[in-house]
Amino acid sequence: MDTTPRGAGGAKAASSAPPRRWGAGHAFRGFLIQREASVILVAVLLIIYFGFANPNFITNNNIVTLSQFVAAPAIIACGEIMLLICKEIDLSAGQTFALAPFLVFFGARFGLPIVVAILVALAICAAIGLLIGLVTVLLEVPSFVTTLGTFFLITGITLTISRGFPATPPGGKFLAGILGAFSYSEIIWALVIVFLMHMLLRHTRWGLHTIAVGGNDIAAAEAGIKVNRIKVGNFMLTAALAGFTGILEAYRVGSSDPLAGGANIMFFGVASGVIGGTALTGGAGTIVGGLIGAIVLGVLQDGFTLQGINAFLFDGIIGAAILIAMVVNIRLGRLQQSHLR
Amino acid sequence: MSGNGVAEAIRAENIVKRFGSIVALNGVSIKVHRGEMLGILGDNGAGKSTLIKCMTGFHQPDSGRIFVDGTEVVLDSVDRARSFGIECVYQDLALVNTLSVYHNMFLNRELRKPPFGLLDHAEMRRRTADALNDIGVGVPSVEEEVARLSGGQRQAIAVARAVYSNARILLLDEPLAAMGARESGLIIDLIERLRTRGDIAMIMIAHNYAQTLDVCDRVVLVQHGEITFEGRSAETSVEQLLEIVRREYRAARRGL
Ligand SMILES: Nc1ncnc2c1ncn2[C@@H]1O[C@H](COP(=O)(O)OP(=O)(O)OP(=O)(O)O)[C@@H](O)[C@H]1O
Ligand SMILES: [Mg+2]
Repeated sequence: MDTTPRGAGGAKAASSAPPRRWGAGHAFRGFLIQREASVILVAVLLIIYFGFANPNFITNNNIVTLSQFVAAPAIIACGEIMLLICKEIDLSAGQTFALAPFLVFFGARFGLPIVVAILVALAICAAIGLLIGLVTVLLEVPSFVTTLGTFFLITGITLTISRGFPATPPGGKFLAGILGAFSYSEIIWALVIVFLMHMLLRHTRWGLHTIAVGGNDIAAAEAGIKVNRIKVGNFMLTAALAGFTGILEAYRVGSSDPLAGGANIMFFGVASGVIGGTALTGGAGTIVGGLIGAIVLGVLQDGFTLQGINAFLFDGIIGAAILIAMVVNIRLGRLQQSHLR
Repeated sequence: MSGNGVAEAIRAENIVKRFGSIVALNGVSIKVHRGEMLGILGDNGAGKSTLIKCMTGFHQPDSGRIFVDGTEVVLDSVDRARSFGIECVYQDLALVNTLSVYHNMFLNRELRKPPFGLLDHAEMRRRTADALNDIGVGVPSVEEEVARLSGGQRQAIAVARAVYSNARILLLDEPLAAMGARESGLIIDLIERLRTRGDIAMIMIAHNYAQTLDVCDRVVLVQHGEITFEGRSAETSVEQLLEIVRREYRAARRGL
């Protein structure tokens, strides 16, 4: 794009304000901008509350536990956020999560080296995403409906190939440790993936085009963006991330359960994104917010578990807390926006 | 290669475009030379925007041919049309509300920097600010979300985006629709500056007959997907155009 002045220039009108967002040298500041700031506040308040309410909350042991609550939803959220931004959703991410470790298991039994078996499993997950994406964009079925279908379809496949029995993830101690058995391995994976996905969303054309597609798909198409390609790509990414999370969890727990994950883990991922400030209306969202949303959810689960809350009440209390966290965050976000301007 | 105003830049021949049972374009032919500006007039729903979108690769015509610089081309995507230097200000402006001004300016032609090919936000901001300064239309900040801008400001950004993209064939679909008198003047100045360069061919859709005759070298009138009048602006009067439209209107009334 050539912007050299071509004639008697007009008045000084547009100003280039000091970089507030997106600047490469401001990566850390970028981590603490607008949308994320309010959810960080919510997370800090919760941590302070549980820290005072229970002396065991801030101990090394509990931090390991907490990190394990956070990691899986954080990774799932990365995919779901990309989809929410382009006005789609994958309700079957939790099913892909359950399927993937079995794909690794059977790949290894088939004689593949484990790393290859994992890559093949992820490729199959991505292919599931491809299928979801193609049905959604080509047949113009809302992804809410498409993935309601794959929700049951994938569970059926997992139950069939596993015959309903759990499996032990293949491989030696070292690999298992890297993938999830070492206390902090899952959260380290989660942080690396969050960082990469943040870069993808904020600093690549793919990310910008994802926002454009969700913000105004006609405008995006008029600008020459391949709307369908962006959507399908994000379905593939989400499914692969969900599968990878399932594999990590299987190695952490030391077993893969055909009924693991499911709607629960998927909704935790979506809720993380929404608590983190991703709009369900599309066109806006943040990966870092999703991570902090997952921390909020993890702190709630872990904190109430430590408090020894009645098991029957647990889900109800978590549900109410999630609602409150979302509302507080949305309110704070509004307040902040009107003050910043 | 340019500047004499004779070389033909783009020609559309016998374009037919249907949407289901609607015939939006029924065999339309137009051409524009370098350094020339063609005005397209016509009622709402006449097919003006559709015609332009067939020239930007957004729509594929059902039949008809398109020539750029005298060579037949197939504009099967917006990117392909862009590779021939065809740029457009769409009637709906094609802006993404949730993106900043500068991301909209560079939508789908983002600047990237080595080594990883990440977006060069700083450079995009700088060039956007320069471009808007140059036109003289005020925007609070290039970082502002487009949703927060006024209609005229949004339009200015859409025009600036097309103009500052090295367009060789510039298509403007009602570029002045939302603008106040001062801003319209600025945009017309800009268009005049481009025209004096002599190497750009322009097509402008508008509803203001007098202004169009004033700004454009030639005008065509589109009615119901067909061209019903074509003439040099200097030899055409508003009254003459209105008469054709009125005649058509009366005929339609009688037909009812
Ligand atoms: N994407 C589409 N799908 C179906 N029909 C369409 C589409 N785009 C345009 N049409 C129809 O084609 C005809 C011509 O529309 P077009 O937008 O080209 O009109 P126009 O001359 O630009 O009108 P206006 O002055 O109101 O902008 C109209 O009847 C319109 O309803
Ligand atoms: Mg139109």
